[in-house]
Amino acid sequence: MDSPVFDVLLAVLGGAIRVGTPFLFVSLGECLTEKAGRINLGLEGVLVFSAMAGFAGSYLSGQWWLGVLLAGASGALIALLHGLVCSLPRVNDIAAGIAIMLFGAGLAFYLGKPLIQPQAEQIPSLPIGAWLGADPAGSVAQALNINALFPAGVVIAALMAWGLKNTGWGLKVRMVGDSADAARALGSSVNGVRVAATTAGGAIAGLGGASLSLYFPGSWNEALSSGQGLIAVALVIFARWHPVRCLWAALLFGGAGALGPALQSVGVTGYYYLFNAVPYVLTLAILVWTCSPRQALQGAPSELGVTH
Amino acid sequence: MDPKHTALMTQRRQLLAAGALGGAALALPGALRSAWAQAPITVGVIYVGPRDDFGYNQAHAEAAAQLKKVAGVKVVEEENVPETQAVQKTMQGMISQDGATLLFPTSFGYFDPHLLAVAAKNEKVRFSHCGGLWTQGKHPANTGSFFGYIDEAQYLNGVVAGHMSKSKKLGFVAAKPIPQVLRNINAFTLGARSVDPKITTNVIFTGDWAMPVKEAEATNAMADQGIDVFTMHVDGPKVVVETAARRGRMVCGYHASQAKLAPNAYLTGAEWNWLTAYTLIVDAARTGKPHPNFVRGGLKEGFVKSSPYGAMVGEAARKNAEDVRKKMMAGSFDIFVGELKDNTGKVVIPKGKVLKQTDLELESMNYLVEGVIGKA
Amino acid sequence: MNLRDTAESIALPVLALAGGLLLFGAFIWADGHDPVQAWALLFRGAFGDAFSLQNSLQRAAPLMLTALCVALPARAGLTIIGGEGALVLGGLACAALPLALPLPGGAIGTAMLLAAAAIAGAAWIALAGWLRQWRGVNETISSLLLGYIAIALFKHIVEGALRDPASLNKPSTPPLAEALRIGTIGGTDVHWGLVFGVVACLMAAFWLGVTTHGFATRVVGGNPRAAQLVGLPATRLIVVACALGGAAAGVAGGIEVAAVHTAANASLIVGLGYTGILVSFVARHHPLAIIPVAILFGGFLAAGSLLQRRMGLPDASVQVLMGFCFVVILASEAARGRLRELFVLRKPPAGAVPAAATA
Repeated sequence: MDSPVFDVLLAVLGGAIRVGTPFLFVSLGECLTEKAGRINLGLEGVLVFSAMAGFAGSYLSGQWWLGVLLAGASGALIALLHGLVCSLPRVNDIAAGIAIMLFGAGLAFYLGKPLIQPQAEQIPSLPIGAWLGADPAGSVAQALNINALFPAGVVIAALMAWGLKNTGWGLKVRMVGDSADAARALGSSVNGVRVAATTAGGAIAGLGGASLSLYFPGSWNEALSSGQGLIAVALVIFARWHPVRCLWAALLFGGAGALGPALQSVGVTGYYYLFNAVPYVLTLAILVWTCSPRQALQGAPSELGVTH
Repeated sequence: MDPKHTALMTQRRQLLAAGALGGAALALPGALRSAWAQAPITVGVIYVGPRDDFGYNQAHAEAAAQLKKVAGVKVVEEENVPETQAVQKTMQGMISQDGATLLFPTSFGYFDPHLLAVAAKNEKVRFSHCGGLWTQGKHPANTGSFFGYIDEAQYLNGVVAGHMSKSKKLGFVAAKPIPQVLRNINAFTLGARSVDPKITTNVIFTGDWAMPVKEAEATNAMADQGIDVFTMHVDGPKVVVETAARRGRMVCGYHASQAKLAPNAYLTGAEWNWLTAYTLIVDAARTGKPHPNFVRGGLKEGFVKSSPYGAMVGEAARKNAEDVRKKMMAGSFDIFVGELKDNTGKVVIPKGKVLKQTDLELESMNYLVEGVIGKA
Repeated sequence: MNLRDTAESIALPVLALAGGLLLFGAFIWADGHDPVQAWALLFRGAFGDAFSLQNSLQRAAPLMLTALCVALPARAGLTIIGGEGALVLGGLACAALPLALPLPGGAIGTAMLLAAAAIAGAAWIALAGWLRQWRGVNETISSLLLGYIAIALFKHIVEGALRDPASLNKPSTPPLAEALRIGTIGGTDVHWGLVFGVVACLMAAFWLGVTTHGFATRVVGGNPRAAQLVGLPATRLIVVACALGGAAAGVAGGIEVAAVHTAANASLIVGLGYTGILVSFVARHHPLAIIPVAILFGGFLAAGSLLQRRMGLPDASVQVLMGFCFVVILASEAARGRLRELFVLRKPPAGAVPAAATA
């Protein structure tokens, strides 16, 4: 089938997963953090740093999964720093997030200088398309070659959704996010839960970093992230703090991001800057459409302070 | 400055002679050359990105590294300098603080107004800009520009790609539609179409010089279309090379050799050989000769070169490419020859007209030739 | 504010800065470099000689304005981080105006250029503020998204409709006429943009601290409930604060075009807006404090060159340094009030009220 429309749709689908995977992990991580009532803009720094760390891990050890583990661990570490700084009195979450963003990125660029040239063992692909019967060399199969981390992300999303609703730990997180006073009354340490949630969120976001440097584009360099961590924060709001909706939001955003190159590849050239801006316009439009000043954003943890 | 110098510059043919002289200077026995160039000199090199990007900046850095080995030459470098006031301060700092008397600002955007501003204030210092269009009368004599006709090497890339492609569809990942990029796309396509006139090149513009996610996405999108040979013009070709190789396609490199990254997919590449230009300009500075203001050269003068062929490149492709290369080295091959139509059908070079590589008209190219799918 | 509070307001950030420098030194020492040499180079590269000082001042100029883009809405209670977008649109407006209208040369023409830049920037940030008031959209996210959209629009227009065909390999708008450009101050290397930055900060401080309007804005920012009770027009005040902040960032873009680049092109997009966020937070959103903080950060950026050339440190070292400083300065906020304890405890314990009550 060689129709341009089909080609673009296929590219958008493939792109949704390829480009969307880092968004998925970062938005899941941010979702967890925000459910506990803390906003972590520093995930951009976490993303960049864990991408570097993941690449370093895979390159130095020759094993991709060690790289992934290192990425998760370093993500957790940087996020822990954010959590600790925010626990201090009178520290503004957003300011701390921007500080961590700067710090994490700077550290990553500094330590990552020797990693720009080398190649590292990549995360394997799962040839879903071939399993489903499509011709392995054909474009349908190629579009459905999925990053092995993506199913992990889907599982995490599902687990998080279930865990937040049904486990005691999830209840604690939600309570701390909705009403710190009630949580304290019940004996939970508000700060402790928040720091734990932030750290766990950072670990999850770190997997997104590994996906960037070890799968797509699969290389470390200083222009790797162009605000993806920050956009993921927007995605969480637009997903109404529901982990499974974060998955759809990430796919939507990834697909929108793949639209520009896809259109050019079938000959629709010109306006590529505007097409590249489609994801941002889309997110803003959806936010404008769905938010309302009168009712509190449904699902927003009250302690978050993003509504007024 | 020197009247003899002015006369030299107005004769275009003698421009090539200057380049050839530089090439000849390299051929002089080493002892004679070093006796010639005794004055110690501090040279400053400024990069717009990281030095080891396997691409544009690395090509310059490799030449700078060679320069450092020459006795009496000290090199100070700064990387990731943006095209703002910052580069003016960097240049001034290299002059005032490090005592540099010859500067190589290597990014196109450094020329106007930054290099010109600093050059006006430091008349004793020489500035040699990569890629700029130094014009007699408009720009001061202590400035100059150098560049290579890498489109010749891209043409050869195209010839090899034309032979090796089975789908007859080629892909080009480009940053922005500026003349230097368009010239490369056109040369690549013309080279491929000289093998088979039915070949087409898809071009995707990512919008900026370093956008790894967009570059990877562009490569994937084109691979989905059945394109089987890629090349690129972005600052860091590593992503495109690796992504193409992962999709099982072939790739021709650019700026520097990326063969190491994808030995089973790398056909050949168009590389800079900046050491030729650098040596020419540094030697002129050390021996007190006038500053070469407008330095250009191609394969013949050693300003650019091709990467060695990958193992998979067939005999026919090699022979064809080597034939063309021989003609280029002898100066008897022209890439941009009339009648040439662009991809909207308009005639851009009329029949009978031949544009030589040194023709300034080529430096303001704004079209894509027939066979390229894309818009300039 | 009493003397002790002011002293603390200055001492804390200074101590925190010292802490950040110390951490940076430890970091590069762990990496095998000499921290003392680094500190010396930082000082020398920032303030060591006339060249360095001018370098620092030059880099500080746009930062003062982009910091105001964060500070002014912050005093109204909003966290805006889209200054980069306002800056590029301001630069575009400045470069585009001469193409739409014939302009008189000299100061009047330049003033009109900067006015256009201010209006463009103001409109963009005011949009973010208005979206918050009208639809409850979080302004941090919306200003960020608007920033990316602005950059895309900028690139599309500069490389498309307004592209100067003579600008070959560096797509730009047609260059501004000589008469419209902003020159350097006297015989120095610093352009008048610095003066604009300082004056803007002074005016902002005056507005916030002295005028009724500014006071009302601070109430809306500091205590929204009180503002509501008193009947202050919160939406109008918020949008105005955003517009003023956006105007400052727009002017920064206009100055970059008129004084440095002479045309609008991609060299405008270098993160001045983002560094401004940093400056504003470190200065705790006080316009007067923005001036020295901007000069300090300008100094760090200026010194970065020397770190690269003399010690072979990667260019990212300056970012690491700024990151350390920022984190420590934020953390030091927690110590606010404790220093006061230290002073009070030094007095002879003659049955005074325990200092803990004030913490």
